Amino acid sequence: MNQAATAAADASAKPVIDIEKLSLTFQTNDGPVHALSEIELKIEEGDFVSFIGPSGCGKTTLLRVIADLEQPTAGSISVNGLTPHEARLKRAYGYVFQAAALYPWRTIAGNIALPLEIMGLSKAEQQQRIARNMELVNLAGFEKKFPWQLSGGMQQRASIARALSVEPDLLLMDEPFGALDEIVRDHLNEQLLQLWAKTNKTVVFVTHSIPEAVFLSTKIVVLCPRPGRIYDVIESDLPRDRTLDVRETPEFLKIAHRVREGLRAGHSYDD
Amino acid sequence: MTAAPAKPARKSRFDMPAILAWGIVVLVVIGLFSPVFKPDISVMEVPRLAIAASILAIAGVRYELGFMRNWFGDLALGVITAIAATFLLGTIAHHAGEAGLGYWALVAATWASAWLFVERLASWKSATPLFNRLINLAIPALFGITILVLWQAVVTGFAIPKVLLPAPSEIWLRLTSSGSILWADFRQTFMKAVLFGYAAGCASGFLIAILVDRIPFLRRGLLPIGNLVSALPIVGVAPIMVMWFGFDWPSKAAVVIIMTFFPMLVNTVSGLAASDAMQRDLMRTYAAGYWQTLFKLRLPMAMPFIFNALKINSTLALIGAIVAEFFGTPIVGMGFRISTEVGRMNVDMVWAEIAVAALAGSVFYGVVALIERAVTFWHPSIRG
Repeated sequence: MNQAATAAADASAKPVIDIEKLSLTFQTNDGPVHALSEIELKIEEGDFVSFIGPSGCGKTTLLRVIADLEQPTAGSISVNGLTPHEARLKRAYGYVFQAAALYPWRTIAGNIALPLEIMGLSKAEQQQRIARNMELVNLAGFEKKFPWQLSGGMQQRASIARALSVEPDLLLMDEPFGALDEIVRDHLNEQLLQLWAKTNKTVVFVTHSIPEAVFLSTKIVVLCPRPGRIYDVIESDLPRDRTLDVRETPEFLKIAHRVREGLRAGHSYDD
Repeated sequence: MTAAPAKPARKSRFDMPAILAWGIVVLVVIGLFSPVFKPDISVMEVPRLAIAASILAIAGVRYELGFMRNWFGDLALGVITAIAATFLLGTIAHHAGEAGLGYWALVAATWASAWLFVERLASWKSATPLFNRLINLAIPALFGITILVLWQAVVTGFAIPKVLLPAPSEIWLRLTSSGSILWADFRQTFMKAVLFGYAAGCASGFLIAILVDRIPFLRRGLLPIGNLVSALPIVGVAPIMVMWFGFDWPSKAAVVIIMTFFPMLVNTVSGLAASDAMQRDLMRTYAAGYWQTLFKLRLPMAMPFIFNALKINSTLALIGAIVAEFFGTPIVGMGFRISTEVGRMNVDMVWAEIAVAALAGSVFYGVVALIERAVTFWHPSIRG
């Protein structure tokens, strides 16, 4: 176990992600853009948190701040009790992008090996992790294929396996299924929930789909734009082990309704 | 086949094979009934040529008349075309400059039937990829042979002076009889100046590109200077290189280095910028260092650009080395031979050197292109 994880275990009461009064302003030619304003958020260990909101609300920016891909201009944020920069250097999280971003010159197994090579793991350890994580995302048997020989859904599963192979306790996912059709997306959502139950990781998930957010999450964060801010935080009381049927239940529809209301209210002023 | 029309629908307005077939018949008839050689020699006095021409006409038009419409008939057309061409070239050799209307009609008929044969060959369909590959190789080869035959037929038919344009047969004779001189020139120019200059020029362009990419102020300082160097006229630089590095091959290699450096620099610099933001963010999330990102992401991504430069440079290097030898050299080298043999009116030797240079350049380019296919197999332009 790495140092970050040990630190988190020592103070189990401490949230995995702790954001206080966080703001981020981009300086552009058209003047400053307030991408994030006064964000307050705590994410506990084992949570499945979704950021939902219209485009431009800063949901992806917030995820990138957690991943140390953007720098906040004010406020504080800690990941596993460390700054995002330290957490990144300790490889405390796995990040799944909107597109699979697999390297076309590497096989699927080679792509999953990429972060492991960078971490300097032994060949044997690499092989073990590749096999385990390809199994986990149901891609066993495709090790020697190249990314461009696979469907979009399989590519995205491979990119999830690549993020998992780092064996982080925290998984950051930025609209990972946004480019896929609904049938594939439903299927991957179900697989993702099973994966989450199996591995007990903390997941932060960005989406613009209400059913996806409600179906997956234990906590839904509704953001609204100009300036990007949190409008509502909804704790889901749906059972943790859900199947797609849960989407027909009144509880599900009630949460979905509240999310929709939040999105509408947060958006209404500029109509 | 540039002039070959694409075959659109079933019934095209412009049926090239039919035009060719009837054209062959008309040309052969003209050939049989007008004097082939001046003053008044008829084709009937060369019976084998008359017979070959007649068979050629039948083989050409059989498709339109509706018999032997199969691959055997096509092959027969090819064979009789080759035979007729051989007879034509064999006969004209004894009557150089005496060609009459009949001769030119038969030359045109042979050309048309070669064209028709290639048209037929191009329409062959096969399930086996190996066979298709062979056809794809055969078509340009036949095209090249047709050009050589026409060249030979025209040069001997008109008795064009050797100084203006030697016949392919004379060039071939020179190629085979002067093998040792050509080999010595090739070794001096290609295996020393070109290969060394190419390797050094490409390697230094590549390394400077990495440096320029790493240190931003160099990008502003070095790139314009690189641009300036590439704009230097080779004709002006070559004599200076000779003064700096002496008469032997190092001065030619220096010219090659100057010529190949810049394409490599510019291409590598843009190649290193080819990775997109998401791919670079990915490396960031893994806390990858500069060198790890360079070797695992940016260099593989730059490979298509780098190979572009390697291919461009493969031809530039040869041109540079040959031209540089015009400005002082020991008495060996392809450029030296070209410049001196032209002065001695030995134009066939010049053409022999040109043939060697063309062959060497093509093989060089081909080898680089093959390596490119193996290295950038993943790129959409290659994986197809």
